Amino acid sequence: MSGQSTSADDFIEVPKPKAQAARPRRPRRLPKEVLWSLPKLILIQAGLFASLVAAWEIAARTRLLDPFFWSQPSAIASMLVVFFSEGTAWLDITTTFRETILGFVLGTSLGAALGLSLWWSRNWARALQPYIICFESIPKLALAPLIILIFGIGLASKVAIAAALTMVVSTITTYSGVRAVDRDGERLFYSLGASRWQVFRKFVIPSCLPWIISILRVNIGLALTGAVVGEFIAAEHGLGRTIFYAGQTYEIALVWVAVIVLASLSIAMYVAVSALEKVLVRGVTHS
Amino acid sequence: MKLRLDDVSVTFQLPGGSHQALSPVSLAVPEGRFISLIGPSGCGKSTLFNVIAGLQPPTTGQVRLDGEDITGAIGRVGYMLQKDLLLPWRTVLDNVVLGMEIQGWPAKESRARARPYLHRYGLGGFEDRFPATLSGGMRQRAALLRTLLIDSDVILLDEPFGALDAQTRARMQEWLLQLWADFGKTVVFVTHDIDEAIFLSDTIHVMATRPGRIIETIDVPLSRPRPASISTTSGFTALKQHCIELLHQDQPLEDAA
Ligand SMILES: Nc1ncnc2c1ncn2[C@@H]1O[C@H](COP(=O)(O)OP(=O)(O)O)[C@@H](O)[C@H]1O
Ligand SMILES: [Mg+2]
Repeated sequence: MSGQSTSADDFIEVPKPKAQAARPRRPRRLPKEVLWSLPKLILIQAGLFASLVAAWEIAARTRLLDPFFWSQPSAIASMLVVFFSEGTAWLDITTTFRETILGFVLGTSLGAALGLSLWWSRNWARALQPYIICFESIPKLALAPLIILIFGIGLASKVAIAAALTMVVSTITTYSGVRAVDRDGERLFYSLGASRWQVFRKFVIPSCLPWIISILRVNIGLALTGAVVGEFIAAEHGLGRTIFYAGQTYEIALVWVAVIVLASLSIAMYVAVSALEKVLVRGVTHS
Repeated sequence: MKLRLDDVSVTFQLPGGSHQALSPVSLAVPEGRFISLIGPSGCGKSTLFNVIAGLQPPTTGQVRLDGEDITGAIGRVGYMLQKDLLLPWRTVLDNVVLGMEIQGWPAKESRARARPYLHRYGLGGFEDRFPATLSGGMRQRAALLRTLLIDSDVILLDEPFGALDAQTRARMQEWLLQLWADFGKTVVFVTHDIDEAIFLSDTIHVMATRPGRIIETIDVPLSRPRPASISTTSGFTALKQHCIELLHQDQPLEDAA
């Protein structure tokens, strides 16, 4: 481009931009936003929350929002107390929690094991590839009714749904780790006379650990989704079941309460898994 | 002979045809000697080492250790690859004992055996550090000790000091000669640094490319121990001149990296 335009300049007179009127300009500086202090930040966040709740309450009382469908903060607050003092709160929480954790552990470890096992034979890895892709592209939640039919309405079916959701991610990520294993590292082991099993145990698994650890945070959320969806379809207890039944009987305040508890459970598990991840990463990388 | 190569050649089958990385190479290494292979990049030095270490099947030829045919056998010679390849999740001590561990030593015994070596060879106090916290020279020391501490009399070192700065490199060369004197192993050393080859070796094999082959074998008549100042003696410079000519002959005006 530039080469062409210079040659054109020789023949065509390019109009020069007129000299700007000599107006003194303030030197332009980098835009800069001064960060709020932590107490100020927290205060502002709390203020936003309070105004949202207040707006909702006012809108409901003035019939701007129909409280029959939307419920209102005051009703939700009293329902929260009832849910914990007289309701099924603890049973629901422990049920959902157990399903999630079991599905998470089962799905993640089965997936990691399957992903790692693909290291043993590049032929089998290639043979299984289309099936893994296929299984990945099926919306697993669409299989949930089938899984409930097979495993019943108890714990097993929720664990199975959660495991199905988490396993695929786990397999694919671990297999990416397997393919990224340093060939030269393998050669070092073989040059020392190692067996395949030794290479696998002392090199391939540790090399893939960071990949496996990176799945945990994603999978805990997926497992919870799986468990709750399973409860929507058929269950005796659990937060998902409570949300579903409260919705069907128009107890909207209870829906909100269960959703709030579910969100808290989700956050708590996410924080716990993040902490675990940090510890594991430090234990593995040492950098 | 400790180590013998008889007409070892390697041809790679590539999608676009075949590529002869090594034309038949024969080599005899007497016990306890320090020999070097020098040559430009791509002349098949690493390939030759892979064959000796059993990692690359040769297209023709045999590798013999103490007369025994070890072609394709792994774990018979110590091999330090071009990268140090320390495992980041193991401490320095546990990296150094890796070879012993793989060869079936119990963990406790192998550690007990390795500790004094770490002390004597400049890694004292670093046993429980992780490789990420070590300097390049320290990492090479750990990788070299790992190679030396396995039960084999022959070690192959593939450009171990290639990535180090000149000063560290000079110190590491003296350190290596110390180790060689203490352990009494047979060393085959790859480098493309002529000074390094002359300073360290009893014998130098000069290689050339296309196809990879040995074009000349030079005995280094310098007596040991060799002080650092030896590189200014006339014997040294004459050898160096000869090597430069040989290498240039192979790659006139090309990048001799
Ligand atoms: N696995 C392989 N497949 C195909 N060609 C290879 C392979 N390994 C090495 N080569 C080729 O063989 C030649 C020698 O390589 P190498 O032994 O690494 O040389 P050097 O170590 O002397 O630099 C190079 O041309 C390289 O491209
Ligand atoms: Mg090389």
